[in-house]
Amino acid sequence: MNRYSSWKYILILFLIGLGLLFALPNIYGKDPSLQVSATRSAEISELTEFQVSAALDEAGLSYKDMTLGIGNLTIRFGDEETQLRAQSIVKESLGRGYVVALNLAPATPDWLSQFGAEPMSLGLDLRGGVHFLMEVDMDAAIDKAEERYISDLRSFLRENKVRYKTITHNKQGGLLIRFKNDNERDNGQSLIEKNFLDLNVVTPETSENESPLISTIKEEASFEIQRLALQQNITTLRKRVNELGVAEPVIQRQGQNRVVIQLPGIQDTARAKAILGATATLEFRLVDEEHEPQDAISGRVPAGSKLYYQRNGLPILLRKQIMLTGDSIINAASGIDTLSGGPDVTITLDGRGAKRMSRGTRDNVGKRLAVVFIEYQMETDEVNGELVKTKEIIEEVINAAVIQEQLGKRFHITGLDSTEEAKNLALLLRAGALAAPIYIIEERTVGPSLGQDNIDKGFDSVVIGFILVLIFMGIYYKIFGLIADVALALNLVLIVALLSLLQATLTLPGIAGIVLTVGMAVDANVLIFERIREEIRNGNSPQASIHAGYQKAFSTIADANITTLIAALMLFSFGTGPIQGFAVTLSLGIICSMFTAIMVTRGLVNLLFGGKNLKRLTI
Amino acid sequence: MKKIEFNFMGSRKITSVISALLIIFSTISISYQGLNLGIDFTGGTLVEVGYPEAVDLDKVRRSFDNSDFSAAAIQYFGSAKEILIRIPPQQGLNSADISSRILDLISADNTSGVMRRVEFVGPQVGEELREDGGLAMLYALLCIMIYVAFRFQMRFSVGAVAALIHDVVITLGFFSIARFNFDLTILAALLAVIGYSLNDTIVVFDRVRENFRKIREKAPVDVFNISLNQTLSRTLMTSFTTLLVLLALFFLGGEIIHGFAMALIFGVLIGTYSSIYIASPVTLALGIKKEDLMPVKKEGEDLSSRP
Repeated sequence: MNRYSSWKYILILFLIGLGLLFALPNIYGKDPSLQVSATRSAEISELTEFQVSAALDEAGLSYKDMTLGIGNLTIRFGDEETQLRAQSIVKESLGRGYVVALNLAPATPDWLSQFGAEPMSLGLDLRGGVHFLMEVDMDAAIDKAEERYISDLRSFLRENKVRYKTITHNKQGGLLIRFKNDNERDNGQSLIEKNFLDLNVVTPETSENESPLISTIKEEASFEIQRLALQQNITTLRKRVNELGVAEPVIQRQGQNRVVIQLPGIQDTARAKAILGATATLEFRLVDEEHEPQDAISGRVPAGSKLYYQRNGLPILLRKQIMLTGDSIINAASGIDTLSGGPDVTITLDGRGAKRMSRGTRDNVGKRLAVVFIEYQMETDEVNGELVKTKEIIEEVINAAVIQEQLGKRFHITGLDSTEEAKNLALLLRAGALAAPIYIIEERTVGPSLGQDNIDKGFDSVVIGFILVLIFMGIYYKIFGLIADVALALNLVLIVALLSLLQATLTLPGIAGIVLTVGMAVDANVLIFERIREEIRNGNSPQASIHAGYQKAFSTIADANITTLIAALMLFSFGTGPIQGFAVTLSLGIICSMFTAIMVTRGLVNLLFGGKNLKRLTI
Repeated sequence: MKKIEFNFMGSRKITSVISALLIIFSTISISYQGLNLGIDFTGGTLVEVGYPEAVDLDKVRRSFDNSDFSAAAIQYFGSAKEILIRIPPQQGLNSADISSRILDLISADNTSGVMRRVEFVGPQVGEELREDGGLAMLYALLCIMIYVAFRFQMRFSVGAVAALIHDVVITLGFFSIARFNFDLTILAALLAVIGYSLNDTIVVFDRVRENFRKIREKAPVDVFNISLNQTLSRTLMTSFTTLLVLLALFFLGGEIIHGFAMALIFGVLIGTYSSIYIASPVTLALGIKKEDLMPVKKEGEDLSSRP
């Protein structure tokens, strides 16, 4: 009675050992470091290592360590000041093509990391950083696709000599094509059906004299457009985040049309917002050379044209038809124009874009092509208790250059003010071609000072709460209380180990969850000990009491803990970030406390009291 | 060792009245006054700014009055060196821009305020959280009801859920009457309270179940009383240690955890009370008898033999 077989002790010791192993990295802390990685053209090699160390030596900056990894180079420093100074030095020496990111690299010694042990990952509220939730405007994505189809249909019908009157957006959705007569319409319909497989074509009932055709995008194609829009936006956002130089960013899809972005440790949150929130796209339109902008301002806008304003404030008339949109651009590089010596941006288009570009420019050599920069902003207001989204579009002509010759896949944009502008434009085109506008619908920023503050306070409260409980248990249950204390301490170690192993994120509510677990973990022990006391009071022998106590308490503990687990599960499934952190630590805490309260304390109790001839038991 | 026996169930009529009153007050307050919902649920912008020295709140308010943000609510947060600025969702202001502009306004003041954190929640996200939060609570209660009915018996299940609803309503009422800020962390605390209160109730029910099977010739009322007395020391102990730990959080955990700890402390006290004076009386009132718990027949057969 009250003997644990050896294998149980071995199991307990083994699990405790594992727990200590995986919990240990958390003691080692983190070094302020730089993480150098290469974008596109460059590569990380020993040469890079040499360059960096030379630059740092020259600047008189000392570093703790430099490690060459696969595709990145990590340099550790003694303090944050050196780290920041080093960042600008390394950036300058390596130049474009490299991203130099601020990072907190865990100082785990090698022998530990070989086991795969790493410290816990900290949530934003403990580390400082930015969290964005962005929503892609799917309606706009569909609208844009429809615009493209309008353009394509116009050229297509013209080429096939089908006479149509207008192609416009249909009020009930889709496109409305008005033909010259029914003959042309039927002709057009069969041609479109054959060549545009993603479009549905329907002849509507109408009493008007025109011969209309309504075309809508097929459902599968529509889904595909939305899916692609989200995917492209995620890719774009990822590139932008890289430009920001953040280590360990999180960019994830959430649901049908949302993206979560987390940038830990970022210092300049305003800049991050500006770059990520720059929901800009580009459009290429021909300049309307035939009319005067002045006429449009006074109210007479010619049909087929739209009034825009240039950077310098001057008005300009552009044709309504969009020749090209930014998502046809696959690459953009800034450089020097060989002819004029001024800055330029070389743009590379994808296949479809190249076709449209060559078609458009072939007929318009000598005319001007304008590049329109478009920025979307959205507000959501409460109107009569309902949420109404209003979109604001800012459109600016950044460039209107003369088409020198028929353009194709690659061409230059010249007439830029400075190399700086060329660089910015290229960056925007490279990383910023969004398939659909994207809006920030949630933002949480924690400044670095608060992050550290939270960690300190969280840590303090855990320690103090823990010590209070330890003392109390020791007093009230005497030796059994001390056994329970050991179990509680191990409980904490195991929780930390599991969090580190699973790389679950620890948040401030998560720390609160750990603290709560300490209080509740006691419960299991209390149940057992009170039961033992009761058995003794009822006149049973000490050994029998211990045995009965553990046995009878078990089902109570199981029931009570499972129901708390259910509550934690609900929290996890509906909660976001920090709440999920709480749910995770609560769940892990309950599981670990069951193990330590039942098995570990039993093991210790058996060790101390088992098999002996006890007369009395102090509990 | 002489044991003091309490006649818990004896005073259950009085406590039922007290509880009913508390629930009524809470419901009235929630319906008319509502909760002081945080931006997590309403949408809006929240900026926390820290200063090296105590800052004059009126001065800050004045600089805001002259700007676009005259609707801002500004208050101290924990100490006179930290302020919290809250802007409700406003028309005509570009959402993502607000926080940057507020920070500009702060730094224009030359008083070296440092941004601690910024939270912006778009209105539709706020609405979603309101719905999701309510749903989570509902699902939790449902799952728990099923589990308890499965492990014990239907009447216990109703008693347990009644106690939980009682706890949630009164805690919400407490926050409503006191106008304390109710944000996402408080909601998490509420769900933790459900877990804890349930934990407590289950422990009592477990003992009741055991006693029903063991003790002969005692009225159900007496069985409950005996069980409650037997579990009393355990209940007091666990509540005490949990409170110890929560008090540490309350005083030391920082301002953000403060509200969370308060909700939990209140919840622990109410939860303990409800296990004794709500869960048990309700189960009793439903007419629980020894036969309902006999392990010989299967649970399913029991239920089906009832009209």
